[in-house]
Amino acid sequence: MTALAELSPAGRAPARARGAATASDAPESLAVEFRGVGRAFPTAEGPRAVLRDITLTVEPGEVLAILGASGCGKSTLLRAAGGLDTGNSGDILIGGEPVTAHDPRTAVGFQEPRLMPWRTLHQNVALGLPHGTGRSEGRERVDELLDLVGLDAHADHRPREVSGGMAQRTSLARALARRPGVLLLDEPFGALDALTRLKMQDLLLDIHARTATTILLVTHDVDEALQLADRILLLGKDPGAAPGATARKVLTVPGMRPRPRGSAELAVLRSELLDGLGVDAHRH
Amino acid sequence: MSAPASPNNVTPASAPADLAAGERNRRAAPAGSSPGTPRARGALGTAGGRATVGLLVPVLLVVLWWAVTEAGLFSPVQLPSPASVVQAGVQLAADGPLWHHIAISVQRVLIGFAIGGVLGLLVGSVLGLSRWADALFSPLTGAIRAVPSLAWVPLLILWMGIGEDSKITLIAIGAFFPIFTNVYSALKHVDPHLVEAGRAFGYHGLRLLRTVQLPAVIPSVFSGLRLALAQAWLFLVAAELIASSMGLGFLLTDSQNNGRTDRLILAIVLLAVIGKVTDAVLGLVEKWAVRRWS
Repeated sequence: MTALAELSPAGRAPARARGAATASDAPESLAVEFRGVGRAFPTAEGPRAVLRDITLTVEPGEVLAILGASGCGKSTLLRAAGGLDTGNSGDILIGGEPVTAHDPRTAVGFQEPRLMPWRTLHQNVALGLPHGTGRSEGRERVDELLDLVGLDAHADHRPREVSGGMAQRTSLARALARRPGVLLLDEPFGALDALTRLKMQDLLLDIHARTATTILLVTHDVDEALQLADRILLLGKDPGAAPGATARKVLTVPGMRPRPRGSAELAVLRSELLDGLGVDAHRH
Repeated sequence: MSAPASPNNVTPASAPADLAAGERNRRAAPAGSSPGTPRARGALGTAGGRATVGLLVPVLLVVLWWAVTEAGLFSPVQLPSPASVVQAGVQLAADGPLWHHIAISVQRVLIGFAIGGVLGLLVGSVLGLSRWADALFSPLTGAIRAVPSLAWVPLLILWMGIGEDSKITLIAIGAFFPIFTNVYSALKHVDPHLVEAGRAFGYHGLRLLRTVQLPAVIPSVFSGLRLALAQAWLFLVAAELIASSMGLGFLLTDSQNNGRTDRLILAIVLLAVIGKVTDAVLGLVEKWAVRRWS
């Protein structure tokens, strides 16, 4: 680690200091309330229920991991919270107000970075700025965010010139540029290699410590959820109950972050979660 | 998953710096194997080398042409010698009409190409973005596109006379369709992920078009422009063959009527050379655009 740290770009320390200033003008974090949320998609054989009866309140500044097997509707729930998908039943409130289409109080980080290939990283982050942001104010804000994610030296690179991890960090900075009260992350590190993923998790905790924004994080990685979340929402189908995934469990993760990855307390939770996902914990 | 068990000494403060260092090292690999990298392959390695090699076959053909005419295999009316074609060109240039022929033809192509191009871009954008416009107009545009170029000529002459208007209209029709088709289908295939990302950040309508959709189709627009220019030259000759008193197409029919095979071949060679040069220029622009926008 020290060897890597020595390779860090010059000017890192002052950049950090400037990055800290962003915390002061950070947006207020907002609560997210799900009240009896369900979602069914029409198919040729009639509507197919994906989600049902999800009721949960996420506190302002909380990190909630949404965990579940593939295809169980994790992303559907997240998209509903951001107003990217509006066909759900029940109510979703952000800061006490119903969610609107492409709700400006939220920002989304997708599993793929989804950067515009013709724009530089700087210009891509600028896409996330709220409409009507002044030119110089916007430039300053983007510079700060690129600092925050450690990409200030790569501001003028194009997405295809950087690695997957750097592209994903740009995507994260773009989401933060919107000054979201709620940050919605849809398996943001799922496509990264194991080492980069661990570093990205640390970066996310770092960002959360600075901005204190509410984070909803969809993941299928139990360890990631244990590492990052205050609470974990385990989505899944109740055997024998009505079709559609619902909240099987809501677990509070003990301990301050960053948590030791080998802790015994977490190991117990880990088995419980794996069990909930239908995986035999003793084999893993 | 044994990695997480190791002591977690990546403090949050140093994490981004570590990331940058680690990833910078990895960047070298994809950059080196990118398809744009020229690989040294002897004479074909450089642009100049490729151009020289590309001249070999045309030069050989001229030599062959010269040999068969020198051997007297054909009468000069059937196939004049290269020298007499050059001489015809020099004479026409000295007397003046050659420049007029070339100038008026180039002018018609450029104006028709510009009009057809702008219309193709507009109509292609509307039909590519609006499902209603697509459903209403696609069958019609498909049918109009199927009409052979020469079929328009009598109607256009009837409606507009034999002046510039009818010729430029015909060329514009020719240039319209390649651009229309490319823009239309490219807009339909813009990565839906990018469009959704744009929407998620509050872009919609014209702003979304300007920020995401149009930039995404720019490479297709330029390849459409190249096809359109080639098509414009095709339609130019169709227009000039039938009713004109100037231009390279007129030079063709006029030479045919007067039995001047040398001038006829001169006109064909000029069409080939000018067409190739304009295409090469647009090809450079296209290359730049693809690099810049994708």
